[in-house]
Amino acid sequence: MPDLDTAFSALADPTRRAILAKLAEGEATVMELAQPFAMSQPAISRHLKVLEGAGLIVRRVEGTRRPCRLAPDAIRQIDQWLDMMRAALAKNYDRLDSVLAAMQSEKEQENE
Amino acid sequence: MNKLTLELAGDCHVIGKRRFAAPPEAVYRAHTEAELMQKWLFGPDGWSMPVCISEPKPGGRLRCEWSDGQGNGFYLTGEYIELEPYSRIVHVERMHLPDPTPDNRVETTFQPDGNGTLLTLRMTLPDEQARAAMLATGMEEGMEASYARLDKQIRR
Repeated sequence: MPDLDTAFSALADPTRRAILAKLAEGEATVMELAQPFAMSQPAISRHLKVLEGAGLIVRRVEGTRRPCRLAPDAIRQIDQWLDMMRAALAKNYDRLDSVLAAMQSEKEQENE
Repeated sequence: MNKLTLELAGDCHVIGKRRFAAPPEAVYRAHTEAELMQKWLFGPDGWSMPVCISEPKPGGRLRCEWSDGQGNGFYLTGEYIELEPYSRIVHVERMHLPDPTPDNRVETTFQPDGNGTLLTLRMTLPDEQARAAMLATGMEEGMEASYARLDKQIRR
């Protein structure tokens, strides 16, 4: 299981998020990834190393190529946590709407 | 638009935003007065907050105890750090599951927005261990149980 802190630090960089978005379309090599970003291959390789260390991507060896792809578990893990929080907070805030409405009508009664 | 948004922000932060059709004073009070907090702050259906202690002043205590009514529960302790009435609260909190999770610093702001309020919640993301403990509180089980029920109904 990748460490979530490392995963979030990795996601903090816009280039790395763009790399992940590109990889969502499918496997790609360093050269293919470097092209749209106008960055050198060593610079892209450094970003890939961070993403790999965070468990967000995996790489395989194919001759001299080392294509990368998304590691589905890490992305799913982050989504799962956010989904749980979103569901719990949404429930809370829907209830808070009613609490606020009740506070408002109490206040109006007091003013009458 | 009163829908909640919850997004990642930079290194290890999560930001939530939500609009309310009430002035900042009311939303702020609902976040700091124990008897009001007990009416809404408890997550999924089936849970409740039988104990709530809130001392909204710098250094003041915060304690919330949740129960699912079937013997399962957990609690949170914290301290208020900064309070600007009706506009901003900074507090630190930890969940006891039963081991305490690392301290989470939470900043809540209440901005006037037309006749209502825009609430912004900024919190530190729990580390993986704390997250796993949170997922194990049974809140997710509750969601799972409803999915399982739905699944059963569909299969009929």
